[in-house]
Amino acid sequence: MKYKSVFDIIGPVMIGPSSSHTAGAARIGRVARTLFGRQPEWAVIYFYGSFAKTYKGHGTDVAIVGGLLDFDTFDERIKSSFQIAEQQKMKIEFHEEDAVTDHPNTAKIVIGDHQGELELVGISIGGGKIEIIELNGFVLRLSGHNPAILVVHDDRFGAIANVSNILAKHEINIGQMDVSRKEKGKMALMTIEVDQNIGDEVLREIGELANITQVAKIVD
Amino acid sequence: MFRNVAELVELAQSKNKKISTIMIEQEVEVTGKTREQILSQMETNLDVMEKAVERGLQGVQSVSGLTGGDAVLLQEYIKKGTFLSGEILLDAVSKAVATNEVNAAMGTICATPTAGSAGVVPGTLFAVQRKLNPTKEQKIEFLFTAGAFGFVVANNASISGAAGGCQAEVGSAAGMAAAAIVEMAGGSPAQSAEAMAITLKNMLGLVCDPVAGLVEVPCVKRNAMGAANAMVAADMALAGITSRIPCDEVIIAMYEIGQSMPSALRETAQGGLAATPTGRALEAKIFGLPLLKK
Repeated sequence: MKYKSVFDIIGPVMIGPSSSHTAGAARIGRVARTLFGRQPEWAVIYFYGSFAKTYKGHGTDVAIVGGLLDFDTFDERIKSSFQIAEQQKMKIEFHEEDAVTDHPNTAKIVIGDHQGELELVGISIGGGKIEIIELNGFVLRLSGHNPAILVVHDDRFGAIANVSNILAKHEINIGQMDVSRKEKGKMALMTIEVDQNIGDEVLREIGELANITQVAKIVD
Repeated sequence: MFRNVAELVELAQSKNKKISTIMIEQEVEVTGKTREQILSQMETNLDVMEKAVERGLQGVQSVSGLTGGDAVLLQEYIKKGTFLSGEILLDAVSKAVATNEVNAAMGTICATPTAGSAGVVPGTLFAVQRKLNPTKEQKIEFLFTAGAFGFVVANNASISGAAGGCQAEVGSAAGMAAAAIVEMAGGSPAQSAEAMAITLKNMLGLVCDPVAGLVEVPCVKRNAMGAANAMVAADMALAGITSRIPCDEVIIAMYEIGQSMPSALRETAQGGLAATPTGRALEAKIFGLPLLKK
């Protein structure tokens, strides 16, 4: 049974016109914003495949900027996200790419400010569901079937154990876990797929741990 | 957990309960939430649907300019009283159109079962309420009944245009609506299933061929006809008419037809209405692309 809840059929509440091209795009933008930890001063957005061909008509551009402004998929402000971004002095640039990607609805987002930068690649897989497939050059491996969180941390001993302890405390079962780093002792990533949805409180607890830079839900 | 329409109807009959009740009980069991939480979540969805209809009836315009304003035209026509079909039927059509025009104009909607087919269920609900005078609770139940049938379709076939064509989106939505209308009008669970079967049979083969790949043309008008189809099928089932092919077999037939549909007719904007000269011209106008050769 692919669908388990009646609210998969009657729902979600969203800003139209397309669950994949609008709601999904807003979610990709919002994950980038969450991982960055603050509102970026500038954003460069690259659209691929069907996103590149139809983003204007679907409002994919407006939605992704809405996400960068931390708006949820049903937030009416998404519609005026360009004006709001301008008021808040966020500079935005769009590029339509010809490169063929594995998934037709792919977007790459590069955001930053005077303190730092973040690069993320997300795909919109339908019905408003999304997956983040790349972060700062790290390729993320997710099945997409289960809720998942992403933890950016310093490569120090105990960091992984501390995160899994918190999940254990909340009786959350880990289905799959992937750990990677660029260089020994530098920035590292944990992608954790779990069996049930993770509440904001658990994310906050993980975020407060030593050596943890950022925590975000990347698959609902 | 019910896996098909036959099991759903059997459950409702043996427990002497409505289909909406069976759906609510299953949701409690699967999610572990309380009945109150589940009803309140559906009430939120109902409120979103009602607001979308109200907004559409005030007149909206899409970003591309392809759609908008038809819901208003139809309401004005109904007021003149010169219509030929029926007032509630046309009201349902107008409200289905209203919802999808709001969707195309980047308004807030509730996907039912998808954004592109979001008009049919609320369109029929807010039209038949004038005759049936349901309580708020009964309107919420309407959505659970629709959801129960959609649940079966989603798990046994598909509700995505990319996977199964428009028959899977508007077709499913229309079947869901027909079944829910029957329950609200006092019909039996079996009659709900008949209404779903009759509706879906008449949506079989419908392709997904959106102009310029946008959820506008012909999606808005397909929602209109989905609502009309649901209303007529509900009346037929309530009159005692049954489908010679059982509902579950119609759903499987829909799935198999979707599987054999060429990809040009499954949401790729490569065939059907999207590939007509006017469809291509509109695409070029909206996206500034050179016209594709025929």
